[in-house]
Amino acid sequence: MLSPAELEILLLTLKVGITAVLVTLPVAFAFAWLLARASFPGKVLLDGLVHLPLVLPPVVTGWLLLLAFGRNGPVGAWLEGWFGMTVMFRWTGAAIAAAVMALPLMVRALRLSIENVDRGLESAARTLGASRSRVFLSVTLPLSLPGVLVASVLGFARSIGEFGATITFVSNVPGQTQTLPLAIYSALQLPGGEGQVLRLAAIAIVLSLAALVISEILARRAARGRHVL
Amino acid sequence: MSFDVDVTRRVGETQVSACFSGSGLVVLFGPSGAGKTSVLNMVAGLLAPERGHVRIGAETLFDAAAINVPPERRRLGYVFQESRLFPHLRVRENLLYGHRLARPEHRWMDYDDTVRLLDIAHLLDRWPKGLSGGEARRVAIGRALLSGPRALLLDEPLSFLDRARREEVLHVVERIRDTLKLPILYVTHDEREVERLATQIIEIG
Repeated sequence: MLSPAELEILLLTLKVGITAVLVTLPVAFAFAWLLARASFPGKVLLDGLVHLPLVLPPVVTGWLLLLAFGRNGPVGAWLEGWFGMTVMFRWTGAAIAAAVMALPLMVRALRLSIENVDRGLESAARTLGASRSRVFLSVTLPLSLPGVLVASVLGFARSIGEFGATITFVSNVPGQTQTLPLAIYSALQLPGGEGQVLRLAAIAIVLSLAALVISEILARRAARGRHVL
Repeated sequence: MSFDVDVTRRVGETQVSACFSGSGLVVLFGPSGAGKTSVLNMVAGLLAPERGHVRIGAETLFDAAAINVPPERRRLGYVFQESRLFPHLRVRENLLYGHRLARPEHRWMDYDDTVRLLDIAHLLDRWPKGLSGGEARRVAIGRALLSGPRALLLDEPLSFLDRARREEVLHVVERIRDTLKLPILYVTHDEREVERLATQIIEIG
């Protein structure tokens, strides 16, 4: 069915997408919780910063990542100095680009679901003897689970479709940073690459559709019959 | 065990204040919007009074000067007007939520006895979504009793119920008052409930 090269592209895309979602999820939840529940000076600024990758041209986001993670960038120099590692031209860099681009979408979905949690249920839990942290783990988190699933799927879909920031940040290296969209782009550049484009596009459609169906099934199970989506 | 409450707080446009002491079933009576629920919230620790104190028995739960025990350590069984059952837990898990958190020496109410007292054995495997108003109210009362409270706070426990369901819940409240001898703070705006239940009446507003 799939050629070894196509399989490699598919697996790399999945690896980048899943890693990006897993890394972003706790960060996004923390931001979403702060934006939904806390009030502090600079909240508007934080809200703006979180949403920046959504409105900025992806090329700019990629360039900013390049500045931060490059050999001479603050984060890049630190990674190199302490761990002797770099994310440049590596799949980890592609995952970072995907994670940053997915962050605002995931925060939005999570924030909505946290805002929908009835705070009356949280105070009820307090009167029953639950500390703040237990209330969070036993009431707030499970009740915002549908939002976590929606955020994961949105983030995953955004990640596997990520193009502009990735190609700017870590370039188009087959086997390292060449995910599905970048491979499709490369195939389009080749004379007679139409067949390849078609096959890769079909993989992208199946992948996206599968993510949506799986999320719907999970969300229904998590909601235990309650309507969530 | 008795209540000793003296609380004041501005809630929106209204100045809510209540000052009373007593035991048995103390009814907070008054028109809608007078701040009866706010008084319960201040007793439960969900709302901080601007001044005053809240004492139950010998223990001070709130004193404007220095003490503000958090709600999870006040051991007050609060039955909210909207029941507030956890929608992601079955009835059985709702009942056991506070029971599991309570210290063993505070669990004076037995699970099976509670289920029998409230007649909810047939509901244990159901989700809160599928319960009628009266059933949800009984489960909420059971959940509060099982958390090992030293007193019960009931906020209009008969609201939104038809006549037959009201009778069910009234009967349960009377049994808690007479059999379990648990002090109860009971909010209502209905005079018939006052006449039937109260050992002491406090007017609010």
